[in-house]
Amino acid sequence: MGKLFFYVALALVVVSGLIFAPEHAALAIHPMDQFNVASLTGGAVSTFAITNVTLWLALAVVCVFLLMVVGSSRRAIVPSRAQSIAELTYGFIYKMVEDVAGKDGVKFFPYIMTLFMFILMANFLGLIPMSFTTTSHIAVTAILAGLVFFTVTIVGFVKNGVGFLGLFWVSSAPLALRPILAIIELISYFVRPVSHSIRLAGNVMAGHAVLKVFAGFAGALGLFSFLPIFAITAVYALEVLVAFIQAYVFTILTCVYLKDALHPSH
Amino acid sequence: MASNTQDAAHGAAEAAHGSAPGMPQLDFSTFGNQIFWLAIALVAIYLILSRVALPRIAAVLAERQGTITNDLAAAEELKAKAVEAEDAYNKALAEARAEAQRIAAETRAEIQVGLDEAIAKADEQISAKTAESEKAIGEIKAGALESVKVVAADTAEALVTALGGKADAKAVADAVADQLKG
Repeated sequence: MGKLFFYVALALVVVSGLIFAPEHAALAIHPMDQFNVASLTGGAVSTFAITNVTLWLALAVVCVFLLMVVGSSRRAIVPSRAQSIAELTYGFIYKMVEDVAGKDGVKFFPYIMTLFMFILMANFLGLIPMSFTTTSHIAVTAILAGLVFFTVTIVGFVKNGVGFLGLFWVSSAPLALRPILAIIELISYFVRPVSHSIRLAGNVMAGHAVLKVFAGFAGALGLFSFLPIFAITAVYALEVLVAFIQAYVFTILTCVYLKDALHPSH
Repeated sequence: MASNTQDAAHGAAEAAHGSAPGMPQLDFSTFGNQIFWLAIALVAIYLILSRVALPRIAAVLAERQGTITNDLAAAEELKAKAVEAEDAYNKALAEARAEAQRIAAETRAEIQVGLDEAIAKADEQISAKTAESEKAIGEIKAGALESVKVVAADTAEALVTALGGKADAKAVADAVADQLKG
């Protein structure tokens, strides 16, 4: 059955390539156009203008609401599918926070859950064709990473006072090495928000751009357009994985940083 | 032609958002807009999660855990009750068996007593009957001997008479007595 379906799909792709191939193939690939921020009401993109960013952020909020609130609204002892997913997500992140950041990190669970749900939903919504991916923008991920960085730094100093600086003073290293290590630790600490934000935006942006490049090839190759279409299918599958993994990575790194703030000793 | 218009549109879009050709991510003129709406979205998600979703899911999970624990405890209790009931049953069974054995033994003893009495009585009756019968047999035997003498005497007399002699009653009786003594 699956094999038959595959061959029918293959034939369809080849035939449609024959019929719809442009008369003179032109390589018009604009992989970055999908990231353009545009006002939905027309006019300039001012701070309070309603843009495609607004739309897709709102959809992310709606999806979170649908999954976590509507999905769990029946409070069933034996859960429905939606409630089961909501509970699994809850358990997954709760356990992550508890395991990585420790018992006293649990009070930050709602913040970390917010980050995870937002990134996950934004990533998955961005995989809908013709959609806008909010997490592909460095402005968005920089704010997310910046929030984590400042929260962690402030929590570190509030919890441990000056002792938080012990994070940079590797007491297990030989005394002569400690100042050098302190400089390296300090640099790595301030590089964290940069890598944290660029990792997410870069992965999402690169994947989406690759999809668009292959799509451009598909338009230009005529009869052989099925080759890039298969490539798109494969890359899309990879992107679904990346959408989850990047949300997971962002969240677990947040937990790791939080652990540093709560327990700064090495 | 189509590609030319697309290029033109692309160029126009680029011109519209100023700098950063090819990288909308680096177009700082849109940052304010993105950050503003992101802040609203994050606050909205945080409120949704912390006020409604997370407490509710935590409550559901706790309730489920409680239900499972309760059910397990109830099952444990029922199991204990079942074991207790089995013990009680076994005890009752053992008691009933002992009682039955006791009753059986009693009954057997009673019957044995009755039986012994009956046997003794029957033995008595049998020995009485035997004595009576022996006596009757003795009488009959004696009667029979007398009869034999009388018959023998008569027969002898008849024989003597038939042979032409004169039967002397006394001699015949002596002869019969001699013969019987053998």
